[in-house]
Formats: sequence, C-alpha cells, structure tokens
Amino acid sequence: MSVLVIAEHDNASLKAATLNTLAAAKKLGGEIHVLVAGSGCAAAAEAAARLDGVARVRVADAPIYADQLPESLAELVRQNAAGYSHILAPATTFGKNLLPRVAALLDVAQVSDIVAVESADTFVRPIYAGNALATVKSVDAVKVVTVRTTAFDAAGEGGAAAVEAIAAGADAGLSKLVGRELTKSARPELGAATVIVSGGRGLGSGENYRSVLEPLADKLGAALGASRAAVDAGFVPNDYQVGQTGKIVAPELYIAVGISGAIQHLAGMKDSKVIVAINKDPEAPIFQVADYGLVADLFQAVPELVSELG
Amino acid sequence: MKILVPVKRVIDYNVKVRVKSDGTGVDLANVKMSMNPFDEIAVEEAVRLKEAGIASEVVAVSCGLAACQETLRTALAIGADRAILVETDAELQPLAVAKLMQALAAKESPQLVIFGKQAIDDDANQTGQMFAALMGWPQATFASKIAIADGCATVTREVDGGLETVELKLPAAITTDLRLNEPRYATLPNIMKAKKKPLDTLTPADLGVDVAPRLATLKVVEPPKRAGGAKVADVKELVAKLKNEAKVI
Ligand SMILES: Cc1cc2nc3c(=O)[nH]c(=O)nc-3n(C[C@H](O)[C@H](O)[C@H](O)COP(=O)(O)OP(=O)(O)OC[C@H]3O[C@@H](n4cnc5c(N)ncnc54)[C@H](O)[C@@H]3O)c2cc1C
Ligand SMILES: Nc1ncnc2c1ncn2[C@@H]1O[C@H](COP(=O)(O)O)[C@@H](O)[C@H]1O
Repeated sequence: MSVLVIAEHDNASLKAATLNTLAAAKKLGGEIHVLVAGSGCAAAAEAAARLDGVARVRVADAPIYADQLPESLAELVRQNAAGYSHILAPATTFGKNLLPRVAALLDVAQVSDIVAVESADTFVRPIYAGNALATVKSVDAVKVVTVRTTAFDAAGEGGAAAVEAIAAGADAGLSKLVGRELTKSARPELGAATVIVSGGRGLGSGENYRSVLEPLADKLGAALGASRAAVDAGFVPNDYQVGQTGKIVAPELYIAVGISGAIQHLAGMKDSKVIVAINKDPEAPIFQVADYGLVADLFQAVPELVSELG
Repeated sequence: MKILVPVKRVIDYNVKVRVKSDGTGVDLANVKMSMNPFDEIAVEEAVRLKEAGIASEVVAVSCGLAACQETLRTALAIGADRAILVETDAELQPLAVAKLMQALAAKESPQLVIFGKQAIDDDANQTGQMFAALMGWPQATFASKIAIADGCATVTREVDGGLETVELKLPAAITTDLRLNEPRYATLPNIMKAKKKPLDTLTPADLGVDVAPRLATLKVVEPPKRAGGAKVADVKELVAKLKNEAKVI
C-alpha cells in the first residue's frame, strides 16, 4: 500500500492545507509520496521533503504547470498513478477542482471531504451541510480522496525524503489562465487562523463591516470572515465566505457578528472550539450553537468589546 | 450553440434534515424536494445565453426517479427548451451521472454543459469535473461570470484566494457558484407553457451506462451536538468568560 499526496503550493512554499492532507495520509498507513507539480517549484519540493512521514517527493517542474490548470495536472497524476492505493488532495478549491478529474480518468469514485479515516477503504464524511455524517466504503482499486483540512492536525517537520524529478506530461492545450485577482491581506488566512471575526448582513454595509470589525480583528490578531449574505451584498470579497459552500473553518475562537446562523453558515463553522455570537435578535439560530451569546446591538457591543479588551 | 444543463432533485435547502434512527440515511419521506440551488443558477445562465442570442437551445437533464420530472418542469419554466429524464430507481453517484451525461453529450453534441458546483445533499462537488475528464474537455469550476465569444468561454472562478479568470476552448464544462446570477422566479404563464414543452425519458440501459455505485454507505449518523445556548448579560461578562473560563484570549 502506498499513498500519493498532491501538494497544494505556490512554487515557493506549501499551502498549509497540504500539511493537514499529509496528516490524513499518515492515518492510512503505508509509504507516502508527495507530488509537487509546478514551475520553478524546487523550494516547495524541498519543503515537502522535510515533512515528517514523507518517503519520497516527486517533482514535475515545467512551465505548463505554472498556473495549476486542472486539464494538464490531472493527466500528469493519471500518468503517475500506477502503484498507489490512495491519491489524496485537500478539499480546497484547488483539490476540488483537480481530484474529481483524476478520479474519472482512473474510472474510480472520489470520496469527498473526509473528516475521519476508519480503515484503508472506509472513511467518514459530512453530507447535507454537515447535518449527517456518512461512513462510506470504497470498492475501487484506487481510493481518490479529498481531505477536510480542519479535521486533521497539520503534520510537522523532521523528515528527509528523497526528491526525484519526473517527466512533465503533454500540454492539454484546452485552457489558459487570463488573470488572478487575489485578495491581499496582512491578516492570517481564514483556513489556518486561530481566531476569526465574521460579519453578516447585520453590518449593513462594507463601510460598517470595516469600521466595526477591523478594530476587533486587529485586537485579536484574527482573520476576517463573512456570511454569504455579506458577500452577496458586496461588503467583502467572495473568499471571505464561511459555510457549506464557502470555507470550512475550525478556529479556537469564532465570533459571529450580525449573522443569523442559517444551516449553510453553521456547516462551515460549528466545529470551532469556542463560538461567540453577537446578535440583536434573541431568537437567532446562531445562539443555539454559541458558547457565549450576547443579545445586543452590534454597533454598540463591538466597539465596547474592543475597548474592554484593552 | 446547444447547452445541456444537468439538474438534480434534492431536499429543499430550507428543510431541517433528520437522520433516520436505523442509521441507513436521512428521512426523505414527505419532505419538500426542489431543484439543487446551484442548478437553478445553471439553468438561469443558460437561458440568459439563449436570450442574448449566443445559445440556440437549452436542454435540461435530470437523472433519477420519475419524480425528477417536476425538477425538469421547473427548468422548463425558467426557460429551458426541452428536457430529458434518465429514469432509474438505482442510487446514482457522481461518476455514474458523469457517464450518463457523457452518453447524452455524444447524442446531443452540446458546445457547453453547465453543472452546479455541488449538490446540497451529497455535497460531493465532483460531477462536472468528472464529466469534463471523460469528454477530454476543459473545465471551469465555481464560476461567478461567464462570457462566450469566438469559440471560447472566458470564466471568472471563485477560488480560495479570491478570483481567477480562465479561458476555455469550446466545447467545455462549467460549474456554477452562488454569485453567477440570481435565478428568476418562474411566472405562472411560464409554468403553464412548461407543461407543453417536450420531455423525453430514457434509461441508463438505453444509454449503455453501468451506474453501479462504487461507494457503499455503511451508516449515517447525526453529528455530535454542540452544547451551545448559553448567554452572557453584557460585554464585560463576555470578556471575563473568554479570559477565565474558555481561556481563548
Ligand atoms: C445553496 C446555498 C448555499 C449557501 N451557502 C452558504 C454559505 O456557504 N455560507 C453562508 O453563510 N450562507 C450560505 N447560504 C445562505 C444562507 O442560507 C443564509 O441566507 C445566510 O447565511 C444569511 O446570512 P446572514 O446571517 O448574514 O443574514 P441574515 O440571515 O439576514 O441575518 C442577519 C442577522 O443580523 C442581525 N442583525 C441585524 N442588525 C443587527 C444589529 N444592529 N446588531 C446585531 N445584530 C443585528 C439580525 O438579527 C439577523 O439575525 C447558502 C444558501 C444556499 C441556498
Ligand atoms: N442525478 C443527477 N441528475 C442531474 N444532474 C446531476 C445529478 N447529480 C449531480 N448532478 C449535477 O452535478 C452537479 C454536482 O453534483 P455533485 O457532484 O453530486 O455535488 C449538480 O449541481 C448537478 O448539476
């Protein structure tokens, strides 16, 4: 049995999600290889080689992988899939885009977004926005799996794996990247933050969102998140969305401000260690999952909270 | 240009899902079923492309029980021209649906297939990508903007870090995200018109597709409940609790 983990990286370094995926791979047993496909990605490959539990790093370094387009990447994984019992990637937009394509090329199912490994062929995954947990067993020869990063503690360093170059595949030539508009922020990444301050429709505007929530996030060193309603209304960019169809987060502390707590939102944050809700409606469903609910007008409560934090 | 839109019949997004006590699944008896919200967005987008003179025909497809006819009628009421039901009582997993769509694409020769990014029941987020792989087509998942010109689709995608724009050679597969559009409400006259639009039925066997599941569900349980619900009186008490009880600040 051996496991191939597809690294998510930006050529220079590994994304944190890769470390959680490796942690899930370690639960399977067997030798673990990491595939790093990129362009000028030697630094990311070296970082992968230093991770604890990795036996070998396989590097496909070629310009066609610069933009991580799924058509060429999936073909590369297929070409290198022989001998692996499992192929894993994080359940991020990168992994979700790529891995089903790999599964179909191999004519196997994909097990999406696992939160636990029961055995080499049996996994637990949330369905219906996390309102149910299904235990599923794969009958396929190769298990293709995406990993919910919040469910596995990041693997650490301490390894010294061999790094081996592999040949790049053909350019699928079907698509090209036109551009990226990445949100720039000095704050921690939502997926990796230990504290998240999240705002909903109750903030009323993008202006209010910033003036009310940023001081609180600054004080706590927190990442900023949002409900779908806040994103749809244009208060903040799309990558702030927490939920069933946005980002799944599980920080030590999640502060929901002016968020009602629809099931689709809860699906993305209810595994947080401590949840605080500030909402003026005592009946808001967010209070049912909150450890500390404060029924108050957010425009008074949040500034007060900021000054109380000293 | 013909557009195929696969639409799935799922439990309505407002329904509070209950896990069956015997652990075999969730209770679907007498619950409201609707079109998967992402698929409504896909139908809307296809119909807009037709209204803009870019698409010539919009064909909605649903795979599953006879009751999926209702879902297809909804798609027709939004503005799809005709519908295809691939009828089966069998459990359909994403790879099987992707193969059924592949077989239909071979018959229908669409230039574009617009999927939802995710069905809100299985939360799989796979079928569109699998279909694209089987067809050897390019894909753009999580679309928040689509422009078609000169045999290419230019698609803005919602990704973890922000937005990304890709250009695909047609034919191509796209999956929708929430902010692609706001689906219209089907008006009564359009619901009436939809009843007269053609709806063909075939079976997986007619399409020569083996739909046998690859994953066996061993059990379905409720997730552990959070012991939430406690309230604090004011901001001072909140800060004290976070410091001394929860010890998170
Ligand atoms: C297919 C699908 C997918 C979805 N995916 C997601 C997802 O991933 N993430 C997500 O978040 N949602 C998602 N949703 C949307 C979800 O159903 C809700 O509509 C959304 O979460 C509501 O956002 P909200 O809580 O900010 O807004 P609302 O429900 O409008 O709540 C606003 C809250 O603010 C409070 N408030 C107002 N003013 C004040 C004030 N001055 N002080 C204090 N409190 C105040 C109100 O009491 C209210 O509770 C999805 C929906 C669908 C159909
Ligand atoms: N049984 C089905 N019938 C029609 N379309 C489907 C079916 N299952 C999945 N799809 C399509 O595939 C998308 C993604 O579904 P999934 O991969 O299951 O999350 C859905 O939004 C639909 O567009």
